[in-house]
Amino acid sequence: MGLLDVFRSNRNKGSASVAKERLQILVAHDRAYRNRPSYLPKLQQEILEVIRKYVEVDLDAVSVNYEQDDDQEFLELNIVLPDAAGRG
Amino acid sequence: MARIIVITSGKGGVGKTTTAAAMAMGLAQRGHRTAVIDFDVGLRNLDLIMGCERRVVYDFVNVINGEANLNQALIRDKRCDSLYVLPASQTRDKEALTQEGVGKVLEELGKGHDYIVCDSPAGIEHGANMAMYFADDAVVVTNPEVSSVRDSDRMLGILASKSRRAEQDDEPIKEHLLLTRYSADRVERGEMLSVDDVQEILSLNLLGVIPESQAVLNASNAGIPVVLDNESNAGRAYNDMVARYLGEDLPMRFLDTERKGIFSRLFRG
Ligand SMILES: Nc1ncnc2c1ncn2[C@@H]1O[C@H](COP(=O)(O)OP(=O)(O)O)[C@@H](O)[C@H]1O
Ligand SMILES: [Mg+2]
Repeated sequence: MGLLDVFRSNRNKGSASVAKERLQILVAHDRAYRNRPSYLPKLQQEILEVIRKYVEVDLDAVSVNYEQDDDQEFLELNIVLPDAAGRG
Repeated sequence: MARIIVITSGKGGVGKTTTAAAMAMGLAQRGHRTAVIDFDVGLRNLDLIMGCERRVVYDFVNVINGEANLNQALIRDKRCDSLYVLPASQTRDKEALTQEGVGKVLEELGKGHDYIVCDSPAGIEHGANMAMYFADDAVVVTNPEVSSVRDSDRMLGILASKSRRAEQDDEPIKEHLLLTRYSADRVERGEMLSVDDVQEILSLNLLGVIPESQAVLNASNAGIPVVLDNESNAGRAYNDMVARYLGEDLPMRFLDTERKGIFSRLFRG
């Protein structure tokens, strides 16, 4: 490590490095949100309708989560069924 | 047909109007026929920065509404023959800028000019959308701080999805980053995001870095675009920016603190 690097390493102690870390998270989150396909709400609604043909689930029982990384997209579907006692 | 450049940012107060004035004056000084339009309806101030506020008779909205023709509204710069200013309206409501109206004005202006510089209002609403919609190039003005960088990234999302080029599936708007109000001192002390930090997040073509400078305020006090002040760092950095935009390959200046000698650095820790 050269003398200059010693000076540079001081930078990591300042608030700028905190700012950078926060920004990286924030911007990744913003980008994921804006890249969400626009069909998600409708998809969620229709899946809910199909489920409700068979099981009496709550209106918020279906959640759809979209995520993206460098080379893949994930659609995560979560369906909460009622307690066994409540099923017909 | 003129090339349309939008100066945009999302966040307010970052230096868009200062940059629009510098860009327009810089291009015109190099002989390009240039018009600069203030899209900030209700908060007109490009005319102040350009020093032509007392010559405003008609404005952008008058032209869109057919109350004046373009030639009546354009103000020719007194210092530079190839530069014209189209001021924003001071009083009308923001919706007066219709996409159709803006498109018509840009088309007519484009016939007699090489470049049209659009000074965007802050925000991501109607006015900002109108300013960027027809753009070929975007200069995203960013300050090295969290909210400005974040807003710039959001603006990039809008440029990529809501512009004419995006809607018509044309080649996308060419995006450039201009970092302004940069303080090498504070970067060195670790108190401000560095150019590299911002680039790591936004990864855009870096058009320039404008230092924080008293010269900007002096210039706006006098109504003289700071790009004309070649004594100042900010003026020189803006000139570099224009040259880079036109294709020159210049190294970035003013990124380091003034040489203060190794001892003062050592003691500062
Ligand atoms: N490089 C700079 N150094 C110092 N002050 C600046 C600099 N750039 C802009 N300013 C100041 O910041 C304020 C906002 O600038 P302005 O260009 O009007 O921003 P915007 O159009 O984005 O709202 C003004 O007071 C201006 O003088
Ligand atoms: Mg402005």
